Amino acid sequence: MKKILAATALAAALWAPAAGASSEAPTPAAVDWSFNGMFGTFDRAQLQRGYQVYAEVCHACHGLSLMAFRNLRQIGFSEEQVAQLASQFEVQDGPNDEGDMFMRPARASDHVPSPFANEQAARFANNGAYPPDQSLIVKARKGGADYIHGILVGYRDPPPEGVTLNEGMHFNEYFPGHQIAMAPPLSDGRVDYTDGTEATLDQQAKDITAFLTWVSEPTLEERRRIGISVILFLIVLTGMLYALKRHVWSDVDH
Amino acid sequence: MEAPTWKNPVIGWIDRRLPVFTMMQHDLVDYPTPKNLNYWWNFGSLAGIVLVIMIATGVVLAMQYTPHVGHAFESVERIMRDVNYGWLLRYLHMNGASMFFIVVYIHMFRGLYYGSYKAPRELLWIIGVFILLAMMATAFMGYVLPWGQMSFWGATVITNLFSAIPLVGEYIVTWLWGGFSVDNATLNRFFSLHYLMPFVIFALVFLHLVALHTSKSNNPLGIDVKGPQDTIPFTPYYTVKDMFGLGVFMIVYLGFVFFAPNFFGEPDNYIKANPMVTPPHIVPEWYFLPFYAILRAITFDLFWGLIPAKLLGVIAMFGSIIVLMFLPWLDRSPVRSARFRPIYKQFFWVFVIDCFLLGYAGANPPEGYFVILGQVATAYYFAHFLIIIPLLSFIERPRPLPASISAAVTAKGAGVPARSAAE
Repeated sequence: MKKILAATALAAALWAPAAGASSEAPTPAAVDWSFNGMFGTFDRAQLQRGYQVYAEVCHACHGLSLMAFRNLRQIGFSEEQVAQLASQFEVQDGPNDEGDMFMRPARASDHVPSPFANEQAARFANNGAYPPDQSLIVKARKGGADYIHGILVGYRDPPPEGVTLNEGMHFNEYFPGHQIAMAPPLSDGRVDYTDGTEATLDQQAKDITAFLTWVSEPTLEERRRIGISVILFLIVLTGMLYALKRHVWSDVDH
Repeated sequence: MEAPTWKNPVIGWIDRRLPVFTMMQHDLVDYPTPKNLNYWWNFGSLAGIVLVIMIATGVVLAMQYTPHVGHAFESVERIMRDVNYGWLLRYLHMNGASMFFIVVYIHMFRGLYYGSYKAPRELLWIIGVFILLAMMATAFMGYVLPWGQMSFWGATVITNLFSAIPLVGEYIVTWLWGGFSVDNATLNRFFSLHYLMPFVIFALVFLHLVALHTSKSNNPLGIDVKGPQDTIPFTPYYTVKDMFGLGVFMIVYLGFVFFAPNFFGEPDNYIKANPMVTPPHIVPEWYFLPFYAILRAITFDLFWGLIPAKLLGVIAMFGSIIVLMFLPWLDRSPVRSARFRPIYKQFFWVFVIDCFLLGYAGANPPEGYFVILGQVATAYYFAHFLIIIPLLSFIERPRPLPASISAAVTAKGAGVPARSAAE
């Protein structure tokens, strides 16, 4: 019954004159991503750096449940590297012959284990906020990669004058309503890049965003590659069909 | 019409017992078609092809999809990531729905412009309206299946519309849900019905074609075929023209599939459904936006609250489609084509603009100026069918019609080019 009431209230709310427009956040800066445009592709080195940022920073709170470690082969890690990267995570397996569940190092075939056992545990550890799974985050936000990058570089501390933050909240330029529960996750030198790239805040934000774009849409490159041949083929075919149509119709007086 | 003789003995043997080849010869090859159809006549066959693409991709997707609240979202992502070319099938299906509506809406506007709904094609038109209704039901239920936030909340809002029905509304909603909220039972039945409905559409399309081939195609001049000099056989002339149109359409359709597959979608639907979190703006898919605007346009009760605004909104929304079924009798003008109806032609374009305005109002939150826009556009939508069209039948003086199709479109015909015959 409660649910019916809630649902009815929701439907009724749609008819009620809306009160108070939501506070609009500015549009995040457009980044010149390597994957922009029709022919854009991912930068493998950037994705690998982004994975490092995820594993060392984001994974503390955010899951990446739709990615299996074997998928990392696609961004240029070797089979041995993938096995090694996977083994740094522990996953639950079992039951064993004695009926007990047990923990073991992850294998390439495993998906990235979630940092928390369930939503309640995640909220309990994060002051009531729930860090969302990041598997689809770039496709699930208006503004996509630019927005995610904007959030990561958009913290202002102290907040602008006249803004009072709620307990445990942080000011972010691009977050709707500007109050975000996530503490600034990145700062200059937060990770040590193995490829020698300088780990500025902006560099790390770009790398992790590129990586998450790939996780959201791992078939992007294949899709565009096939798409170009398909469209070229169709243009030629359609041109020929047009010529054929002209030819067939040439004896019709119309 | 005489039955063709078949050279191939096997085909002949079958055809004498089951005349499928004669039917095909009759309806796909010999079918006499007006020689003056323009490219707006391509969209009927395109719609049929899109239907086949939707069924083909849908059947394969259903092999990998799991209609369970705990697995639906993940199973769609598994299709996107782990199934071979699953992303292609899924994007074809997803964008195919949008293309289906684009094609069908153009097909309908063509019918409105050239008066294709008028006698003797009233039933042909009405079957078409039923196809539209079936498409809407199919598309709505299909959108629920990925079990994202918009899937869930869209389903909640739309099923709740039935609670506006007096006395029994609440019971109907519970019955539709198969429970007390949109939940697993709802998802299961939507999947079942989403698989069923395309075949209902297929049957309706068959009836649509039977009716079409009985009264024959209308044409841009809107005048009847006077004899064989006015027509050409469907094959090869219109088969090849439709093939060319299909090529152009596929470039557009696959352009979206390969280069902007989420253009028509809502980012929120990549967030798994969560009954505890309502998205800030619940919007339906773009093809429902004009109807959504009509639904929300009614913000006032009638008869001192006896008929609440919500019920009126639901009536208006369904009424906006039902009114189409009465169009053949609302329009009393004997002239079909807008080419010879100078005033109707203007109002047709105003109506097209009105539909876009409704879509624009539907896409935005019902606040401030959008409320007024939605209300004015809704009022105009109904006025178009209930006031303007009936009135025009009496007021308008149509231009003289050409003697025949061939007289109008051939140089030697009656010695009069189409334009001067019309003016």
